[in-house]
Amino acid sequence: MYIRLEHINKTFGDFKASDDVSFEIEKGKLIGLLGPSGSGKTTILRMLAGLEKQDSGNIYIDGKIVNDLPSNQRGIGFVFQSYALFPYLTVYGNIAYGLKIQKKDKAFITERVHELLELVGLPGLEKRYPDQLSGGQRQRIALARALAPNPELLLLDEPFAAIDAKVRKELRTWLRETIDKIGITSIFVTHDQDEAIEVADEIVITNKGRVEQVGNPAEIYLNPKTPFVAQFIGQSAVIKNIGQLKGFENVNGKTQAVIRPEFIEINKFSDDGHHDFESAMEDGIVSEVLFRGNNFEVIVDIGKTTLTGRFPLGGQTLKKGDSVKVLIHKLYTFDDNTTEIVENSALEDNNLYYI
Amino acid sequence: MADVNKTHAQKADGISTKVLKSGIISWIVVIAVWGLGSLGYDEYFLPSPYQTLNNAIELIQNGTLWADIAASISRVLRGWLLAVVAGVPLGLAVGSFRPVRWLVEPILSFFRFVPAIALTTLFLMWFGVGDESKVALIMYASFFPIFVNTIAGVASTDQSLVEAASCMGAKKAIVFFTVTVPSAISNIYTGIRLGLSSSIICVIAAEMLVGSDGLGYLINSSKLYYKTGWAFAGIVTLAVIGFVADRLLQLIGKKSLKHFGVK
Repeated sequence: MYIRLEHINKTFGDFKASDDVSFEIEKGKLIGLLGPSGSGKTTILRMLAGLEKQDSGNIYIDGKIVNDLPSNQRGIGFVFQSYALFPYLTVYGNIAYGLKIQKKDKAFITERVHELLELVGLPGLEKRYPDQLSGGQRQRIALARALAPNPELLLLDEPFAAIDAKVRKELRTWLRETIDKIGITSIFVTHDQDEAIEVADEIVITNKGRVEQVGNPAEIYLNPKTPFVAQFIGQSAVIKNIGQLKGFENVNGKTQAVIRPEFIEINKFSDDGHHDFESAMEDGIVSEVLFRGNNFEVIVDIGKTTLTGRFPLGGQTLKKGDSVKVLIHKLYTFDDNTTEIVENSALEDNNLYYI
Repeated sequence: MADVNKTHAQKADGISTKVLKSGIISWIVVIAVWGLGSLGYDEYFLPSPYQTLNNAIELIQNGTLWADIAASISRVLRGWLLAVVAGVPLGLAVGSFRPVRWLVEPILSFFRFVPAIALTTLFLMWFGVGDESKVALIMYASFFPIFVNTIAGVASTDQSLVEAASCMGAKKAIVFFTVTVPSAISNIYTGIRLGLSSSIICVIAAEMLVGSDGLGYLINSSKLYYKTGWAFAGIVTLAVIGFVADRLLQLIGKKSLKHFGVK
């Protein structure tokens, strides 16, 4: 493995920022460190860069232990959340900074700066100062500057946090493409799961200083390994007492569950006729309908529980206060330590009956 | 609505606004009040603006005013530049090493409240009655604002810039010259400007106490000759010199140090 973290611990005063963190990264992969704020993801990034030192544990880059290597010898490109461009240097001066430290000759530097500005899509801006650039442009220049000295590893701390939503989406795609072009191993920190899922090859989920799960986005979405991941990923509603839900009366002792929008089906019946599985459906009242472009997002109250589901366009229309029937296909039950998928038993019974 | 507001804000100032902003009206009012007030008193107590102008012309014609201006400016420049040369590097060094800062800070906060004037007697004893003691006093007076602001400038360096430089391979010494010093420039500049005004205050006080030339001497000696108008001419000249010097510094700062955060 190209990057390896082994049993890393780090505390700031009473705050445990890293609690026995271990994971590995393959060369050339783009990794998303995802977690809520205060979960220790930025600390991991800063320790990789040598900007913080772990209290215990080992960090390997390309097979070598780098524990005692200061940040100026680690060969790392770091893109800061606040860009951290030198305000008193031009774009040229900023990108050339690392190259001048490497004592490259002037012709080489000019050529390299030009090449990087082409790469980040901002040719001709050499003479501008950072305060003459937009947020998105500054972020691109910050990336160009980090890449200029040809680092082994690129680290990005919440690279899009300070950029407005529309530009952020463009930049995400652009970052993915740019990193693919260069093929550099990269790690970025984010608290936005859409960003992680869309951009990363692999996601490392952190919570309270621990690594909860490592895997590709689909794996994490479909098979959350811990209660935290089950709740954190997707648009999840947490149910406190699943025994009250039809079809989940006899679940393995666990009382809590996570239900995602795609797990439920919302029906509105206009007649009194017979409908399959109607006995397995919960009665609900629509409390909100939001148009989401390709469908409606519907918020339904079932007794004291609130669930979010989807409703297709084109057929019946739903409005606030409508009575609906809700079929819960499955859910993730969890207790303090484990999580598992449970299917609706009423559906299985009915299936047997019809066979 | 937003657009309407924008055009209002962008609209060029009218002539009346321009005149108001330039301060001309304020000056006309001040001079008028002065002139009216002087009608009630004789020339020895409160000379009129016109009499002051005549006195100034008299002083210019006999060469005294130029000589005094030259003497004062030369002292200010020597003392102030010495303070810059000493205060900036020392401030950078003290600001960069925290233990040194801890050592220096208590002494600093003690001497900050000892005005230069209080040291005049000592300086006269140590450096004699000539220019040296005055230059030393001016240096003392302008050293503190420069030194203190330089330390503050170093302390205010954005740590993420230091980290960015470090990640790109910069060793400590390079970080110092390429990040710490440029980051401190805005504060250093403020210190230098404050130092200049301290210098001017100090030179007048020193010249009033001892010596035989300079604007301070001119103002102080006017009482000996019953020439109150000379004192007024000296005071106005002083104000003009201070104003012009500060504006000049401001202009230089705005033009050449814009990207270092000087506003």
